[in-house]
Amino acid sequence: MFTPKRAILAASLLLASTAGVSRAETPHLGKPIDEAAIANWDISILPDGTGLPKGSGTPAQGAPIFAEKCAACHGDNGKGGAAAALVDDRQINGISASQKTIKNFWPYATTIFDFVRRAMPFQMPHSLTDDEVYALTAYILAENKLIGANDAMNAETLPKVKMPNRDNFIIRFPDRI
Amino acid sequence: MRGQALEAVAGNGLIDRRALLGRGMVFAGAMSAGVGPAAAGAEPLADDPWSLEIGDPMSPYQVPSKFEAKVKRTLSNPNNEPRNSHARTPHHLLEGTTTPNGLHFTINHGGVPNIDPDKHRLVIHGLVKQPLEFTLETLSRYPLTSRVSFLECGGNSAPLFSPEPMQETVQAIHGLVSCAEWTGVKLSTLLEETGIDPKAKWLIAEGADSPHLSRSVPVKKALDDAMIALYQNGERLMPGNGYPMRLLLPGYEGNMNVKFLRRIKLVEQPQLSMYEARTYSQILPNGKAYRFYFLQEVKSFITYPSHGMALKGPGLYEISGLAYSGTGRIEKVMVSADGGQSWAQAALQEPVLSKAFTRFRMPWRWDGGPATLQSRAWDEGGNVQPTRTEFVAARGELTKPPPILGFPNQHYNSITSWGVGSGGEVKHVYA
Repeated sequence: MFTPKRAILAASLLLASTAGVSRAETPHLGKPIDEAAIANWDISILPDGTGLPKGSGTPAQGAPIFAEKCAACHGDNGKGGAAAALVDDRQINGISASQKTIKNFWPYATTIFDFVRRAMPFQMPHSLTDDEVYALTAYILAENKLIGANDAMNAETLPKVKMPNRDNFIIRFPDRI
Repeated sequence: MRGQALEAVAGNGLIDRRALLGRGMVFAGAMSAGVGPAAAGAEPLADDPWSLEIGDPMSPYQVPSKFEAKVKRTLSNPNNEPRNSHARTPHHLLEGTTTPNGLHFTINHGGVPNIDPDKHRLVIHGLVKQPLEFTLETLSRYPLTSRVSFLECGGNSAPLFSPEPMQETVQAIHGLVSCAEWTGVKLSTLLEETGIDPKAKWLIAEGADSPHLSRSVPVKKALDDAMIALYQNGERLMPGNGYPMRLLLPGYEGNMNVKFLRRIKLVEQPQLSMYEARTYSQILPNGKAYRFYFLQEVKSFITYPSHGMALKGPGLYEISGLAYSGTGRIEKVMVSADGGQSWAQAALQEPVLSKAFTRFRMPWRWDGGPATLQSRAWDEGGNVQPTRTEFVAARGELTKPPPILGFPNQHYNSITSWGVGSGGEVKHVYA
């Protein structure tokens, strides 16, 4: 039965579907996927700790893993080799990027976990367990005297590590963010 | 003297760019002045061997003549040792504005992955209404758009941070920038289908390569002109340039244009991945550092003549070079032959496209004496390429020359100078 109320409803439906059509001039071929199915790929760690997995590791647990899987390139105790030093006390003097170290430059400790998990070891990326990544992160931070020798790193403690250079950055194009 | 037939517009032999339009007239004028090689005693012309036999069969995918073998990229890591690899574009051996696909610069951080395009997936998730997964086949059915865009590594031109001019070619100094026509799906189209949670301010783009390279990109840029590029100069992307798909962010730092793109996650805050927290943050003279230096700012350099070349005697030459800006179109390019004492406006090759290579040309009559060639570009945003003095005052310089393949700092965009000696040799100089 036709009523004014129905007419309004019909008109609004027509408007909605018209708007839908104009937005939907795309094929809509993306396949819905839920976050659980993406979990193994979702390895982004944010500076506030968002994304950090369960697990934990201490510097003592990290030391033998470092010796086995990292020292060949990064040198004994992370002092540097074919790849960059990870443990380095130097101060920045001048503009050369070669001086950047974890201790004097990296603003967030979460970046260590993120990068080690996704990209290291160079020949076997994304092969370490989360506990191993926490242990290596703890080892590197402790060797740099940024945490205590017995401090465990986990989803709660890692984002709280205060990196010395954190407040020393200038956003180059703030208007574009 | 024939030089008098040409209208000088700046010191040391620069000629009005309009002479380029009437080039035939210029040369005719020179001829009528009675200058030219003597005709007497020339060898009679004979057929060469290739004119007397059948040529080679065609190849299904043709490659340049064997006589062009020197036109190639220079490799920083030819044996694929466990570190990153760079391949630089030979700008001194190319012309026009399109970089051939085989010569497009490439930087990879864990070798070039062999990706099966039928198995590759792109996932968009995070702060969206509906996470979606796309295949190459499905993306190819979306409305495609093409645009010409330069891509430049943030570390391109880094040898110019040296306190003294490094004696290196334009390929070694400026070879980490190239320009291509990219075809793909606008990222905004895909984000319209996933929907965006208003809290999302950034997206994290991640590759399927071994370092799982990831960079944070403002959603603002994603909705502006970002593209999921599938084609490069008409054919599928080159493996080193991100096959089968990459993020294209016109005008933004090369490393942000994530290759082998497999995941986009919308988030509230940037990731501060290793590449943005460390590698692509630049130390400043005051000890602070820039973060999120997205734009590749206005730059130009002369490709001919340039370091390592030799001019064969006085006479008419055409100075040729490239200009580009991450802000938009190039508005003008000025050229100097006397180290910046006087300038003349170069001709720009049409069409002048936004965030794309623009070829400039400037007629020049070399009198055989010393000359210092420079170019300086302006973009439509009113930005001007700084002089080296201005640049060093703001960004500093190194205390000693860096390794030529190193990246001692980034985002260098000031003027490049080529010195021409009285013997015609061209060298890199500071002026």
